[in-house]
Amino acid sequence: MGTYILRRIAAGILVLAIGTFFLYLLVSLSGNPLANLMANPHISPATVRAARIELHLNEPLLQRYWTWITGVLQGNFGISTTGQSVGPQIWPRMWVTLQMVIPAVVIAAILGIGLGVVTAVRQYSITDHVSTGFAYLFFATPVFVIAILLKDFLAVKVDNATGHTILYTIGQNNPGTTGAWSIFVDSLAHDVLPVMTLVLITYASWSRYQRSSMLDVLNADYVRLARAKGLSRRRVLYVHALRNALIPVTTVIALDFAGILGGAVITEIVFGWEGMGRFLFTGLTGPVSPDVNVVMSALLIEAILVIAFNIIADVLYGVLDPRIRYA
Amino acid sequence: MPESSETTKASSVNSAATAVPTAPPLAGAVAAGTLPGDGGLRQEVAALAAAQAGLNIEARTQFQMARARFLHHRMALIGLFAFVAILLFSTIGPLFWKYSYAQITTQFGTGPSMAHPFGTDTVGHDMLAQVMAATSTSIQTAMVVAGISTVLGTLIGALAGYYGKWSDAALMRFTDLLLIVPALVILLVLASAVSKSAGNWLWIALILAGLFWTVLARLVRGTFLSLREREFIEAEHAIGASDARIILRHMIPNAIGSIVVNATLTVALAILVEAALSFLGLGIQPPQVSLGYLINQAEGDATVLPYLFYFPAAFLIAIILAVNFIGDGLRDALDPQQRIRA
Repeated sequence: MGTYILRRIAAGILVLAIGTFFLYLLVSLSGNPLANLMANPHISPATVRAARIELHLNEPLLQRYWTWITGVLQGNFGISTTGQSVGPQIWPRMWVTLQMVIPAVVIAAILGIGLGVVTAVRQYSITDHVSTGFAYLFFATPVFVIAILLKDFLAVKVDNATGHTILYTIGQNNPGTTGAWSIFVDSLAHDVLPVMTLVLITYASWSRYQRSSMLDVLNADYVRLARAKGLSRRRVLYVHALRNALIPVTTVIALDFAGILGGAVITEIVFGWEGMGRFLFTGLTGPVSPDVNVVMSALLIEAILVIAFNIIADVLYGVLDPRIRYA
Repeated sequence: MPESSETTKASSVNSAATAVPTAPPLAGAVAAGTLPGDGGLRQEVAALAAAQAGLNIEARTQFQMARARFLHHRMALIGLFAFVAILLFSTIGPLFWKYSYAQITTQFGTGPSMAHPFGTDTVGHDMLAQVMAATSTSIQTAMVVAGISTVLGTLIGALAGYYGKWSDAALMRFTDLLLIVPALVILLVLASAVSKSAGNWLWIALILAGLFWTVLARLVRGTFLSLREREFIEAEHAIGASDARIILRHMIPNAIGSIVVNATLTVALAILVEAALSFLGLGIQPPQVSLGYLINQAEGDATVLPYLFYFPAAFLIAIILAVNFIGDGLRDALDPQQRIRA
């Protein structure tokens, strides 16, 4: 198993190296950061020339990539087009994104697995039909529609009805909140809606996976045997059946991580969170864009996370199912 | 929705179906609750019973059986009906409606009324005309995406699966590269490049197709890898059939189920992703409108003029729901072995 993981990590690093190269070319060629400056008649050609040199745009593309990648390997993510150092911004922003993504994954997993088990055990019951209906609805609803519904309709109604701001719709926290407990409560109040958005777009497919794998297991011979031996229904369900039915969905959850990060970009933009998604988005669409160092750092971090979760998915599969052996 | 959810059990239903002639296993399957409400299987059982009773039954082609199964899928028919209705509404509707989507009326931000059934936005656009235009742009884009990515995916998947070696390795490595970054993020980068120069719907369609074909290519490759080893292909080789003939006449027809189902689901995905890009301002650019763009425009006024949000959002969800139901029906009809995601 150890050598397997090492080999996967090595392969991941290779893919990262090739992937970041193409992405760097793509991002660099996607636009001209100086377009706005050049379009402004009040800015002299000399200023534009100075900006070009300052942003290293006068250097060949391959040389810029080399500077960037060697810098990153030494922990230096470069300078953004607005003159700020990119590296120190990454971790606070990553923390903001994870504040939204981690609770969402945990809640969606519990909800998805729970609903999947219940709907499989009570197949064709009212619960099953209602859950299927909602699953179809959430598959068809774009993340930004859910986000706007929660933000502009649910939150505003709740806050108006109670007369207090219970659900915050903008930002990840109130700056200036002091005291550990107040900061926690404040973050929680800001967290509710974005987390809810991500949970709703994710849990549905997981509940369907769990339902179908649970149904497979429930119809397996060894489950019938366990019941025939006289074990209680509860014990058979939760010890014999559920344990095996959890295997497929575990890997699905790990693999879906990339999709959740994608959804988090839109959720951050709608709710005005200053996380990685917004970082990437402003890097692409801001006044001096593409901000290659900013965009590339965001892409690199997301790519590392996706590769890591892919490896975790495969390793988990082997751990949960002893029949799988990695050579 | 018993019909649509039934496919989750397709594998065990199929194994039951092979055991049909001997009555007890079937009875066991019914007792174990694996069969209730399955139209297709019930039909097959009835047909077998009829055969055993010595009645003549006509052989049916693959297409006839698929059509019969599809027509028994209630949700798929509802989806098909809804999709056709929305398509007619968005394409023929503008011919009969007095306002065009680009026209600015003297009504600003008025709610739904007889003159403006969907109301008007703060600029004075008639929302009914806007929603019709946006819906047709969205569907048009998605259709082009599905068309291009299906042809491209089938072709490349077929080549990789049939010839293997370097073409296979190249395809797999390329799709591996695409997997390392969330698809939406790559699309954001690509779309930001074209939205600055020309925010044309065709560009957006090409970008989406350029990313989506890989899913189908992998699927077709997998099918081809297993088909390649089968006896009937070996027989074709033996009688001297050309590679092109084997691929086009024998292998693609065997993979047609998953290709068609995938094409349908690509339509739904393309509409979702195009809407997301347009919502972020990187997709369809004004003066063209798409549903994602309308929702973006409505967001600022959502609490004051909620109908600006409700109508485009409802149409967006309705189209995707309809296409997903059609896809489910097609999967049950054409590709019963494949597991369902929904």
